[in-house]
Amino acid sequence: MTYTQAVDAYFQEHRAKLIDIAAFFDRLDRAPGNKAPRHDDPRVAALRRCIALLNDGQPNRARRVLETLSDPTTAPTDQPGSPATGAYTPPNTPSSNANT
Amino acid sequence: MNYIDPHIHMVSRTTDDYRRMAMAGCVAVTEPAFWAGFDRSSPQGFHDYFRQLTDYEPRRAAAFGIRHYCWLCINPKEAQDMALAKDVIALIPQFLDEPNVLGIGEIGLNKNTKNELAVLEQQIALADQHNRLILVHTPHLEDKLKGTLLIIDAIKRNTRIDPARVLIDHVEEHTVAAVLDAGFWAGMTLYPDSKCTPQRAVDILETYGHHRLVMNSAGDWGPSDPLSVPHARLEMLTRGHTRDTVTQVTLHNPATFLGQCDKFRFDSATD
Repeated sequence: MTYTQAVDAYFQEHRAKLIDIAAFFDRLDRAPGNKAPRHDDPRVAALRRCIALLNDGQPNRARRVLETLSDPTTAPTDQPGSPATGAYTPPNTPSSNANT
Repeated sequence: MNYIDPHIHMVSRTTDDYRRMAMAGCVAVTEPAFWAGFDRSSPQGFHDYFRQLTDYEPRRAAAFGIRHYCWLCINPKEAQDMALAKDVIALIPQFLDEPNVLGIGEIGLNKNTKNELAVLEQQIALADQHNRLILVHTPHLEDKLKGTLLIIDAIKRNTRIDPARVLIDHVEEHTVAAVLDAGFWAGMTLYPDSKCTPQRAVDILETYGHHRLVMNSAGDWGPSDPLSVPHARLEMLTRGHTRDTVTQVTLHNPATFLGQCDKFRFDSATD
């Protein structure tokens, strides 16, 4: 599949996904209790970091996004803790700015 | 074009799904033991589940010409209860000689705890003692990278385990290289919201080649699609991959890994 074929095949789909992300941030702006950016929810803050690396000109974006969202520690834990949310949050971090 | 779905939880799927999978070319499935969506209250619950996997489900699949195989274990999520895990592991040997049991799975980690890791090591030892294949579950979302690396280390500590007889599942772009570089098979799970989309799975194939890589739907009670492997096959064809390559990845690759268990039947002439 050539570059042009890839653009033709996938542009509309990813255009739509990009607008979905933009609308998500607009929705957060409108939401009662929003205190961003100073008290951004850690998941949303992680998403902002991921968005920044999409346009940094470096390769392997999918891998780097996944690494950005991952738990960076290496030792097994004593207790399971919270269920996975999709973005690593250090223990004792408030999970939502609505609670800060 | 025929295919094998090497990871799907048919106990959570309808008979109509079997019909649609058969119509799409599915000739065989393998079903790992997993978390039912709630914690079971006793070892007896697992005993009944293992009977379902080894007796009832193969007959349900056979009605649609699909061969059904399974893997047995206590899953990582319920393995946090080490007393329960000990009792469930003790149940497994009585089922290992059932004709559709390929090995131990899906073992692994969920939240990367010390208890989960201890139970994982016990079940790796069980597979070693009975010379069985291993199917591994890697954790969800932000826990996957750390958990995958812990799992690889745990398996490698048992030096009698041949990595070529272990399939580590649910790999993504940040874990696939570590799994393949260590000599394991890698499974890509095709999910709508998490793990890999069919498009990303084909990206990984194009990046890493198709040696020791398989794709599965992991269809279960959550958001999932039992026809996601055919969707990925279509994605490969759309991008210009040959039918031979598509068949290699979705039929011959899983058959090669699973065929290391002599119970697994595959006829390249008819499959």
